[in-house]
Amino acid sequence: MGSSSFLTGTNAFKGVLLAALLTLPLLGFSDYVLHIAISILLWAFVYTSWSIMGRFGLVSLGHGAFLGIGAYGTTMLWNHYGLTPWVGIPISIVLSGILGLLIGLPCFRFKITGHYFALVTLALTEVARLLIVALRDHTGGSLGVTPVGMVSPENPVSFYALQFASKSVWFYIVVGVWLVGLLIWRAVDRSMLRYAMEAISQEEDASASVGINVTRTKLTVTVISAAMTAFGGAVYGQYQQYINPETVSGIAISLQIVFAVIAGGMFVQLGPTVGAVITILLGEGLRLGFGNQFHGLDVTIYGLMLILFIIYMPRGVLGKAIDAFAARTAPPRVQPGE
Amino acid sequence: MEFSLTDPFLWETVIQGLLFGGVLALLSLGLNIIFGVIDVVWICYAELIMLGMYTIFFLYTEYGFPLPVAFAAGIVVVAILGTVLHYLVIRPILHTEPINQLLVTGGVLFFLQGLATMLFSVEFRNLGVSFGSFEAGNMFFPVSRILAFVVSLVAVVGLWVFLKKTYLGTAIRAISQDRDVMPLMGVSPAKIYLVTSALGGGLAGLGACLLVMLYDIHPAIGLTFGPITFMVCVLGGLGNMIGGFIAAFIFAEFIALGGFYAEVEWGYVLAFVFFIVMMFIRPQGILGSRN
Repeated sequence: MGSSSFLTGTNAFKGVLLAALLTLPLLGFSDYVLHIAISILLWAFVYTSWSIMGRFGLVSLGHGAFLGIGAYGTTMLWNHYGLTPWVGIPISIVLSGILGLLIGLPCFRFKITGHYFALVTLALTEVARLLIVALRDHTGGSLGVTPVGMVSPENPVSFYALQFASKSVWFYIVVGVWLVGLLIWRAVDRSMLRYAMEAISQEEDASASVGINVTRTKLTVTVISAAMTAFGGAVYGQYQQYINPETVSGIAISLQIVFAVIAGGMFVQLGPTVGAVITILLGEGLRLGFGNQFHGLDVTIYGLMLILFIIYMPRGVLGKAIDAFAARTAPPRVQPGE
Repeated sequence: MEFSLTDPFLWETVIQGLLFGGVLALLSLGLNIIFGVIDVVWICYAELIMLGMYTIFFLYTEYGFPLPVAFAAGIVVVAILGTVLHYLVIRPILHTEPINQLLVTGGVLFFLQGLATMLFSVEFRNLGVSFGSFEAGNMFFPVSRILAFVVSLVAVVGLWVFLKKTYLGTAIRAISQDRDVMPLMGVSPAKIYLVTSALGGGLAGLGACLLVMLYDIHPAIGLTFGPITFMVCVLGGLGNMIGGFIAAFIFAEFIALGGFYAEVEWGYVLAFVFFIVMMFIRPQGILGSRN
C-alpha cells in the first residue's frame, strides 16, 4: 500500500478505468443510462461521506439531517433570497458542519457511543424532516420544493443558478464530486486521524491516556463527514431540481445510507461506491424487470440482502473480495484484535 | 393564542396527551424488555406491529372473525414473528459488535416494509370499527383511546407481576442482571432469550391491537411510530420499564400541546429536541442507572 509512484500498475489501471468512465457520455447512451450513472456516483459520494465516520464505529443514523441542510439550505437561499448556489452551497456546508459540531460535542464529551449515539442521531434526522414539514410556508412541506428554474430549451445552461439541462454536463460534475470524495477518504485514511480513531474505537480510555484528544479527534471526523454529506445533498437538489423531506431527511434515507455502505464495505475506499452500484442497479433492475406490479420487491430483496450481509459478510462485498484475494496471494497475517 | 388554564380545549388536549401517553407506554414495553434482557435494539419493532395490524385487519374484515379472536391471533402472530426474528437473525450475531445487532434489524425493517408493500400495496386501510366517544363536561374523548389507555395500564401492571412473581419472570430478570453468571446457576440464556423475544413480540402484538383501532394501516406506518418508540425507551433508560412509562407521558404531552399551540409536527420537533438535550443531561435516561 505504502510506496506508490504515479506509474505503478494499480495507478495506471485506475487511470484507464477513469478514462473509460469519462468517455461514457460520448458513447451515445440514452439519458436514462446517464441518469443511472449520475445517481450511482452522486450517492456513492454521500455514502463515502458517511463512511468517513462510520468506518471508525461512529454509526450515525442521522445523516439525513446533513443531507437535508445541504439540499434545503441551498434551495431556500436561492428561492427566497436569490442567492446563487455558488454561495449557498458553501453556506449550507458550513451550517452542516456546525450542526455536526453541536451534536457531536456533547455526544463525545459525555461518551455517548454505540446504540445511544445511533439513536441520538436518529432523533436528529427526524427533527430535520419534521422541521422541513412544519416550516411548510417556506419549504413547501411534504410536497417538496423545486429550485426556481433558470434553464429552458433556448437557454440550457445557467452557471449562476448551477442548473444544466444536459445530463452529460451533470455526469462530469458528479464524477468530479465523487473523485473529491474518494480523495478526502484517502487523505483521512493516510492521516494521523485514522490511527487516532482506530485506537479510540478499540479502547477509548487507553487512547486518552496516551495523549489522544478523543473528543477533538471524533469531532474532526464528524464535521468532515457532515460537511461532505451536505455538499452531496446540495448537488442532489441541483441535479434533481426537486427535493422533498422524505428523500433527503428522516429515518428512511438515513438508514438507506448506512445499509448501502454496509453492503459495499465501509473499510475500503471504493466500498461505498460498490454499495451505491449494488443498491441502485438492484432497484432499477427490478423495476425494469417487473415494472410496478411488484411494487416493494426491491425493498424486500434489499432488506433480505442486508440481513444476509450483516450476518455473513460484515465487511461488505468489496471488503470480502479484497480479503479473499489477499488471503490467496499473501502469506497469512495476524489480524489485530481478532 | 392566549394561554389560559380555564380553557376547556387546553384541558381536553392535556387529557388527550395522557391517553396518547398510554399508547406510547405500551408500545415501548416490548422494545424495553427486549433491550433489558437481550441487550438488542429491534429497529424493526414498529414493523412487527404493522404486520400485527394487517393480521387483525384481514382476519376481521376479510375472513369475518370476531374482533377478539382477530386481536388474539394478532398477538400470537407477532409473538411468533418475534421468536423467529431472534432465532434466525439476532442469534447468529449475538456475540459480534452490538451495533451489528441494531443494524441487522434495520435490514428486517426494510424487508418487512417491502414485503407489506408487495402483498398489501400502499393503500391505506381502516378497520372501520368505531366505539363512539365519551363526553365529560364539554370535552369529548374517543372510547378507543380510553380503552387503549386502560389496556396499556393493565399490560404494564401485568408485566410487572409476571417479572416479579413467576419463576420464568425471575429467570428473565436474573439473566438481564448478569448474563455471565446465570448460566452457571442452571438458567439457559438461549431459552430465556427466545421466551423474551416471544414476550416482546406479544407486547408488540398488543400494541397492534390498540393502533389498529386508532389509525389507518399502511406499509410505512412503522416509520411513524418507530422513532418515537425508541426515544421513549432511551429517555426512560433503555431496559427500565418505569422510566419508559414516565417518558411516554412526557413525550405524549409535548406532542399534544405542540399540536394544540401550533401544528402537530412542532410537537414532535419539540419532543425530539427535548430528547436530544436530555441525552446530554442524563444519558442514562430519567430513571436509568448506567453501568
